[in-house]
Amino acid sequence: MSVNIKVVDALKKYGDNTIISDLSLDVREGEFFTLLGPSGCGKTTLLRMIAGFNSIEGGDFFFNDVRINDMDPAKRNIGMVFQNYAIFPNMTVEKNVAFGLKNRKLPKEKIQEQTDKFLKLMQIDEYRDRMPERLSGGQQQRVALARALAITPDVLLMDEPLSNLDAKLRVEMRSVIKEIQHSVGITTIYVTHDQEEAMAVSDRIAVMNHGDIQQVGSPKDLYQRPANLFVANFIGRTNIMKGKLKAKDGKAVLILKSGHEAVMDTIRPEEIRDREVNVSIRPEEMVVSTDAETGIHATIDDSVFLGLNTTYFVHFEDGEKAIIIQESKIGSILPKGTDVKLNLKTEKLNIFDESGDHSLMTGVVNDLDQYRKKADAV
Amino acid sequence: MTASRPKTKEFDVWQVISWAVLAMYALFLIYPLLKLLWAAVYVDGSFTLEYFGQFFAKKYYTNTIWNSVKVSLLVTLISLVIGVPLAYFYTKYEIKGKTALQVLIILCSMSAPFIGAYSWILLLGRNGLITNLFKPLGIQLPTIYGMRGILLVQALQLFPLVFLYVCGGLKNLDNSLLEAAENMGCSGVKRFFTVVIPLCMPTILASALLVFMRAFADFGTPLLIGEGYRTFPVIIYNAYFSEVGTNHNFGAAISIIAIVITTVIFLIQRFANSKFQFTMNALHPIERTEVHGAKSFFINLFCWLVVMISFSPQIYVIYTSFQKTSGKLFVSGYSLDSYRKAFESADRAIPNTYIIGLEALAITIIIAILIAYLVVRRQNRMNDTIDTLSMVPYIIPGSVIGIALVIAFNAKPFVLTGTVAIMVIALVIRRMPYTIRSSVAILQQIPISIEEAALSLGSTKLEAFFKITVPMMGNGILSGAIISWVTIITELSTAIILYNLKTITLTLEVYINVTRGSYGIAAAYATILTATTIISLLLFMKVSKNKEITF
Repeated sequence: MSVNIKVVDALKKYGDNTIISDLSLDVREGEFFTLLGPSGCGKTTLLRMIAGFNSIEGGDFFFNDVRINDMDPAKRNIGMVFQNYAIFPNMTVEKNVAFGLKNRKLPKEKIQEQTDKFLKLMQIDEYRDRMPERLSGGQQQRVALARALAITPDVLLMDEPLSNLDAKLRVEMRSVIKEIQHSVGITTIYVTHDQEEAMAVSDRIAVMNHGDIQQVGSPKDLYQRPANLFVANFIGRTNIMKGKLKAKDGKAVLILKSGHEAVMDTIRPEEIRDREVNVSIRPEEMVVSTDAETGIHATIDDSVFLGLNTTYFVHFEDGEKAIIIQESKIGSILPKGTDVKLNLKTEKLNIFDESGDHSLMTGVVNDLDQYRKKADAV
Repeated sequence: MTASRPKTKEFDVWQVISWAVLAMYALFLIYPLLKLLWAAVYVDGSFTLEYFGQFFAKKYYTNTIWNSVKVSLLVTLISLVIGVPLAYFYTKYEIKGKTALQVLIILCSMSAPFIGAYSWILLLGRNGLITNLFKPLGIQLPTIYGMRGILLVQALQLFPLVFLYVCGGLKNLDNSLLEAAENMGCSGVKRFFTVVIPLCMPTILASALLVFMRAFADFGTPLLIGEGYRTFPVIIYNAYFSEVGTNHNFGAAISIIAIVITTVIFLIQRFANSKFQFTMNALHPIERTEVHGAKSFFINLFCWLVVMISFSPQIYVIYTSFQKTSGKLFVSGYSLDSYRKAFESADRAIPNTYIIGLEALAITIIIAILIAYLVVRRQNRMNDTIDTLSMVPYIIPGSVIGIALVIAFNAKPFVLTGTVAIMVIALVIRRMPYTIRSSVAILQQIPISIEEAALSLGSTKLEAFFKITVPMMGNGILSGAIISWVTIITELSTAIILYNLKTITLTLEVYINVTRGSYGIAAAYATILTATTIISLLLFMKVSKNKEITF
């Protein structure tokens, strides 16, 4: 049985150090939910509070309607995959997978059946009698996952499970994890600092920084309409520039430092007024051309050919630098020192207020807002 | 669906264990030590420093402090000079028969010190084998009695500790450090002194402290071979046994002085150690290289000479155990008479040795694992206190612990003197610091997430501990247990104070027979002890996975 997880006003302190405060979160039933953020942002701390390995200094944690704050980790019915896998080195693969089932004192046949099922599911059937030290990293990962799932937990928690694998295996394992999660249909919370990994596996992502959740939404929401400058920076790459917003005939006009102007149709009407803004332009949101009449003037500093795409490093007339990614074309790459014109894909740009804390765009999805509104109402 | 549960304070089984351990230390360590202090300064209802005055008034007594410190420091120095190069050669070069060499080195350390003293007397004493060989040639060998003898016996007995420690340290030394040094033009002897020794300094200092404490607390050796050269533990022993009845005040006062001295040495070592704060972890451990020619010859000669000299007394003791005796004298010819006589009176000593030894070993290991767990995984003030307390016996000489236990437990409410229990308690308390240290080291290697995995899979805290953590610690515990076992069965300085006829052990029998002059029987007992040691070691080698012995 899968559950939804509700965290209300969580508080975590180490001594007098507050790590997390007033954190609220909803994870839907059967969802693949990721906590994403830089190291030290509190994501693992939060996960371990849910697992029961960290004490909870305040707030309420619910699995469905059951408050789990004081429940023993063993009774929360959680499957957990650890960063270092935490495979018991003194047991064979099979015994590792059967361990949780034996603790439940299930009948022998049932244990065998369930163990076999997950050994097969994770394709580690043939290694069942091996000791863990004779397994590769990827195989250990599969054992850890099989062991966590074999107890048919209500919740699956994963703490940076792929960080110990090499790049190629990481990509392979993340599709394995996603597939398994979907076929089992279990509510999953996944912790990572790798935004690409988060995008690849998650239904929804919570971006965290300094113990706060910045935005909760689908990978597409976060990438295309980040709620603030931190999210824009953390998810994908982007160029941040200062600019001005002007209201002209009820329409918003963005004026960049270079003087280039662009009419923006995607600003929320109540935000349209004369103001200083931060502009986030992703590398692929600019089009480079050598023959265009209009556009922002820039000079190529360097280029990197990456096959599908070519990355250009450019500087503007005022000396500011930017990165641009273009689809690679047959023919020569623009050489250093080439003067080019850049044109913006305005509908894709993101504009934030002067502090960078709020997006001014329409279409920003942030599931966190429901808590904010509640708090405002109080 | 149930509504939210009321908040309940979780019952923590480890909290209970903390309290139990603390209570144990309070009763069997703090209480006896306070009683000891009390006995030293409080006599007949009033506070007095009379016994301390008595000690410091006589040169006869104060000299022993200087004697003890001098001889222990010299022993430490000699042990380092032998042990460190030996460990380096053993780790760095291919030495002929290296496995046999290691086993012999371990065996050298595994006999009660006074057996060494006694065998050296048999070899180099007034009527010794070698002395008599040289006599007809008109060569008078230097006397073995006095300080020289103590140095010889203790250094040859204790250098294996340095060897084992430093071998462990060298295992964490990354070969690339040595290669880097060589690359920058520093190799050979220069590299040994400028790179290897400084990097091993924490281990060297740790082994030095251990050797000093052992040498300082050893009373069998100076008693047998020291003759006029009186050391501190000898006068503690004499003071204790010359007193009549239960008035142990003078012995108590001397014991307090002994604790002060060892504490000072301990603090000096701590201070020295604080200058070498770094950790190493070898990705590429040192690999043995082949040596040829003269270099190979001298390295092999050094290693084997040292080991053969150290081991020869034990071989000679075994040999004499099969010699014919007439009364107390050895005569020509061979027989099993010594063994026959030994077994006649050994109906207590042999079973006692194994019963007391195994009980002490089992209790030590169990409590040490629990304490290690508390210290590593449950850091709080209470467990820090336990950690500190557990190290206290490390710096207290064995005879002092013996006296403290007698003073504490020879009167109501706790009468334990003369029982097997008090022998076991003494051994457990004395052995605990070593076993805890090694268990802590092992536990620190095991990531906590392994236990968390067990918990999240439905184990209780105790189940996770016993099913997962303890088996993972298993091999490491075994490595420490073998040394514990041998130390326990060859222990003398505490047992000599606590034993009576009912609780006599093999080691005590050897000692008693040596002092009585029944050398044949003593040799037989000593041989039985050595055989036990060798069998234990072989069993260990068979069972253990990594064949490593640690402290």
